Amino acid sequence: MDSHAHGLSSSVQNGLGGFYLVCALMNFGFAAYFHFQAKNRTQVAIWGAVGALFALMSVAYFGHFGWSLSHGIKDFVDRIMNPVSYFAISILALAAVLYFRRFFTNPIVAWSVLMITLFCSGFAMTDPNFTAIITKPDNVPIVILIFSVGYFTWLALRLAVINDDRIARGEPPMEKLEEDKVLTWPDLVYTELICMVVFTFALVVWAYFLKAPLEQPASSAKIPNPSKAPWYFLGLQEMLVYFDPWMAGVVLPTFIIIGLIALPYIDFNTKGNGYYCFNERKFAITTFLLGFIILWVVLIVLGTFLRGPNWNFFGLFEPWDPHKSLPLNNVNLSDYFWLYGFGKSVGSMHWLIRELPGILLVLGYLLLLPPILAKTILRDYFIKMGFIRFFLLVTLIQFMALLPIKMVLRWTINLKYIVFIPEAFFNI
Amino acid sequence: MSDPTAPSPSASAETTTAVAATSAVAAAAAPAVAPPKVVVPPKPTPAKPADKGPSRRFFLLSWFGSWFAVAWVAFSASMLAMVLGTVRFLFPNVLSEPPTSFRAGEATGYEENKVDDKFKEQGAWVIRAKDERNRDIIYALSTICTHLGCTPNWLESEKKFKCPCHGSGFKISGINFEGPAPRPLERYAIKKNDDGTLVIDKSRKFQKELGQWDDADSYILV
Ligand code: FES
Repeated sequence: MDSHAHGLSSSVQNGLGGFYLVCALMNFGFAAYFHFQAKNRTQVAIWGAVGALFALMSVAYFGHFGWSLSHGIKDFVDRIMNPVSYFAISILALAAVLYFRRFFTNPIVAWSVLMITLFCSGFAMTDPNFTAIITKPDNVPIVILIFSVGYFTWLALRLAVINDDRIARGEPPMEKLEEDKVLTWPDLVYTELICMVVFTFALVVWAYFLKAPLEQPASSAKIPNPSKAPWYFLGLQEMLVYFDPWMAGVVLPTFIIIGLIALPYIDFNTKGNGYYCFNERKFAITTFLLGFIILWVVLIVLGTFLRGPNWNFFGLFEPWDPHKSLPLNNVNLSDYFWLYGFGKSVGSMHWLIRELPGILLVLGYLLLLPPILAKTILRDYFIKMGFIRFFLLVTLIQFMALLPIKMVLRWTINLKYIVFIPEAFFNI
Repeated sequence: MSDPTAPSPSASAETTTAVAATSAVAAAAAPAVAPPKVVVPPKPTPAKPADKGPSRRFFLLSWFGSWFAVAWVAFSASMLAMVLGTVRFLFPNVLSEPPTSFRAGEATGYEENKVDDKFKEQGAWVIRAKDERNRDIIYALSTICTHLGCTPNWLESEKKFKCPCHGSGFKISGINFEGPAPRPLERYAIKKNDDGTLVIDKSRKFQKELGQWDDADSYILV
């Protein structure tokens, strides 16, 4: 309760007062729903109480005697945060949500998760570093992105769970109950009109309050540190940390695009078309969510909030110190093999001999793995899909997997490049 | 046109001219929106078998004089002007590219193991340090990161160049040791004038991975 010790500025106090007030109102609204619609007394009591708690917080901050996050917690969070734990937690969270989808898609559970998140973010915002980063006009879309991606993933899973239950009971999925046709006029046109008005209004308000983040005139001598790509490219920028520009900038994006185009041709599952479901499309949905949420959205969030000067990783509450120095000595596979394995210096070798282990490894990965998979664990798929579709699928997944593989290798053994031929501008 | 001959080619002449005009327009306007296809209806030729000369003259005049033709000519001319204007942009009056070589002060003005950002604007760091063979040399490193071309910063306290884009690190020698950069920073040609000033020539580069750092032009001995 050391409010003034850390000197929360009055604008932060007021902002948080408003933030908690909104949270309180949301909970009162939720309680009202249970009171008038669902007629569930217990829920009314619970969410009324939560709303009251938020209202109390709001009063405290408006009265300028709100709490701020203690140093102990901040240091702890910063200490456990690094790229490895960040990714591990994201993947585990996604796995948990998918596995326990029945639990998480319960609206009350989801609401609780949302409220806990908001409560914690409110506390986190008492930290000036954290607030400075998330309220930067550049970064506001990413905050919106986190919540909207979370919400839509949740919504899709919830509808999927409902439909899965219906299908298990032998009923048609909900979408089949709807009418096939909607009228263009007035249904569609009105919807579009309303969307247009709402979005125009929102954009005008946004443009008014959050100024365009312009920086000093561009100059090759003075570049911002960190230099960040536009937010939608931060996933690519993060890939560039692990790959040669040629791989991360050309090959992998090409495969992403080809893969997305090829999806309908690869998909041999006739079920689950035109309605939400999970059980009928476990593989497709899981793969997609891995690729989209973990390898794209999570990377964008990482790039936005956790990459600081010199592209170093910074914890949520860590000040962005341009002199933070992390030992990042990276070693190529050829060095590992020849220098540490055989005690030979790679300096004088011909590149083909030097890189032979890496080249063989990559070729083995790309050429041997698909047949092995076809013979063993993915046998069913191979039989069902046929030669071409199966190999296309496996190759695409292999390229997708290159990123996490390379990340793990970088984190564990500081591996820089598997194949390293600077003579020919070719590195993997 | 004083000697009129063929009576009938009026129609065919008309169409070929029209086609030529349209295709010229199309060629000129190729990058822009394709002009609407125009079909020129064959105009009834005033039949005056007795005197062919005036009729032909009249036809040409009428064709070139029509508003239609005026419009097309104006349109093609403006399109042509636009294309030419665009081409003109490829040859600017002033080349803002800085000269590729610049002077970097006296060789004696450099302290060992110091990197200063004085010539960063010009695209090079001029550094005096010991090389691998323990010789005291002065060399000019390019400020272009070998990963994707950002400009790294020299961190004096850590004694390294660090790139703000993906975190590549380079030693004072320019050799990459951390992050994704696949090769060392490049050296520029450097030479000492008779008066003792250094001249850095950015048009010649020396890459370590190609063994070019042994080239005597890539450094000067102190
Ligand atoms: S451009 Fe320098 S690290 Fe990528």
